[in-house]
Amino acid sequence: MSPLFTYLVVSTFLFVIGLVGALTRRNAIMVLIGIELMLNAANLNFIAFWRFSSHAEALAGIMFVIFSIAVAAAEAAVGLALIIAINRHYKTTDVTQMDSMRG
Amino acid sequence: MNFKHWLVSFAPDTWQPLVSALISVAAIIFVFASLFALTTILERKGLGRIQNRYGPNRVGPFGVFQPIADGLKAMTKEDIVPRAADKVVHFIAPLVLVIPVFLALAVIPVGRNMAAVDFDGGILFFFAVGAATELSVFMAGWSSRNKYSLLGAMRAIAQMISYEVPLILSAVTVIMIVGSLSATKIVDAQAGYFGWLPNWFVLTPWGFAGFILFMIAAAAESNRSPFDLPEGESEIIAGYYIEYSGFKFALFFLGEYIGLFAISGLAITLFLGGWHAPLPFLIWIPSYIWFFAKLLGLIALFIWVRGTLPRLRMDQLMNFAWKFMLPMALVNLLAAGVWHFIEPGFARWAVCLVLVVGPYIMLGRSLFEHKQLAKRTYRYAE
Amino acid sequence: MTVSFAIIAILTIASAIAAMTLRNLVHCALALAGAFAGLAALYLQLDAQFIGFAQILVYVGAVAILIVFAILLTGGSDPAKQPIFSSGWCIGAGVALAVLGVLVWALRSSHTINETLPDVSNTSVRRIGDQLMTKYILPLEVIGLLLTAALIGAVIIAMKEEKTK
Repeated sequence: MSPLFTYLVVSTFLFVIGLVGALTRRNAIMVLIGIELMLNAANLNFIAFWRFSSHAEALAGIMFVIFSIAVAAAEAAVGLALIIAINRHYKTTDVTQMDSMRG
Repeated sequence: MNFKHWLVSFAPDTWQPLVSALISVAAIIFVFASLFALTTILERKGLGRIQNRYGPNRVGPFGVFQPIADGLKAMTKEDIVPRAADKVVHFIAPLVLVIPVFLALAVIPVGRNMAAVDFDGGILFFFAVGAATELSVFMAGWSSRNKYSLLGAMRAIAQMISYEVPLILSAVTVIMIVGSLSATKIVDAQAGYFGWLPNWFVLTPWGFAGFILFMIAAAAESNRSPFDLPEGESEIIAGYYIEYSGFKFALFFLGEYIGLFAISGLAITLFLGGWHAPLPFLIWIPSYIWFFAKLLGLIALFIWVRGTLPRLRMDQLMNFAWKFMLPMALVNLLAAGVWHFIEPGFARWAVCLVLVVGPYIMLGRSLFEHKQLAKRTYRYAE
Repeated sequence: MTVSFAIIAILTIASAIAAMTLRNLVHCALALAGAFAGLAALYLQLDAQFIGFAQILVYVGAVAILIVFAILLTGGSDPAKQPIFSSGWCIGAGVALAVLGVLVWALRSSHTINETLPDVSNTSVRRIGDQLMTKYILPLEVIGLLLTAALIGAVIIAMKEEKTK
């Protein structure tokens, strides 16, 4: 079990846990928390591969993660603003009750 | 440093790194905790004198043993946890405050070769652990299940987040000029003397403006007066730590003061030349004496400001951060860049002074535009 | 696989599971902050110092607090009345299990798992800055634009509308 393999196992588990939360929880904020966990798992993957690659001085992994962190922060801000606005309209954050465009 | 090497040489070889690290940690905790005890008594007596009264003067000669009495009180007081409180979060909140602020002290170079760790990204580490303390404020406020506590916590977090931006931007001017995030390199860049004057960054136009901005933002980050609305003793009793008593309250108090020391230490590192002496013929005084002298000077400045200025209201506070300090910090960044590229001499002083003072006057005017201020009248008691 | 890595990895995964399964939303958000901190420790173990500190500064210091504010503003701090998992949770769990299977198969059948640790001792912040200003200048400008747009957009979306009745 090489060290890279252990880091990939950790990131896989984090990704699947985030996916389960995003797909099954009722509250919209919990879905967003799951999405943030998935993004973080992907970042861990990038850094692990960067560290163990043979071209580590190109810093490509670190660059990608810098931009990924920035984009994830922007997306969390806009997503939470949307949830607050929707909550003002529907008076609930339950995703199963927001079905007015369904069917 | 020879003292520390002599101590470490007593330990067996394989344990030497661990023993060295433990000695650094023990030294930091011991020195700054004693400084905390000293500061509590200095603050109470200083505030008392500014307010035309004596401070505590019962416990020892001039009250110098008051911190011991305070410590005994904090340790033996009953620890009351409200019944509806969230016990785990209520318990962890003081720890989440104290641990990051002690971590932040690790990157400050206290003397020559005396920074506990020398990260390549030391200043970034400092701001990262500073940001982690905001979570403890929320945990303390929310877990007490008290409306006033939650309100105080929300206001404190809004204030801390708003003032983080000018704080980091004014630090970025120094980082930009030095070209490194490492605290020891920033101190080394301020070595040397220009005739009689030291090469500190505070003695340049952009450095002076940056220092003032940093000090104001540091007062707001540590929730000190005039920015202490979240914990204003005459407003909502104790804000987000209303429901804490005994040792946990003492931990919050400790965390706040150590945070103040850490951010003053960073101000000294960035602007006041770290452990360098101010005049070339005073170099024989050890470097850590200069650092602690400057630190005590900054603490005295904070106590003075606390005793003098009235408290800012919440909207005044936020307006000040976003509409004055943020544009001022950006203009300062521009002035620092201009300073770097003009040759040393009279021209760059003139240009940078205009670049800093001009926007300061214009921004100050624009903040006062919408107010109708009546002429101040005084009524004296007969 | 060192002891410190095992402890940090187990703590991170446990915080992530807690973040997804607890009833009280604020506890979930705090467990998420704990998972972020564990991830920052993992980045530091991988010699990515800048990313580790940036993770704490951005995620623990800003995103976690943002989530907590949103929970409080949407009334999530009251205990939940209905079940916390939606009614179609079996399908969601099934999809996640399928994804887990695919990822595990991909991990086990890959050959590019290096055994040696290359030398990255010259990864300084200065080199990251140099690369950002020369090779990655266009993404840097685009990120600036994106963050500005997100800032303005979030404020506009969450602003209270004035009722014109």
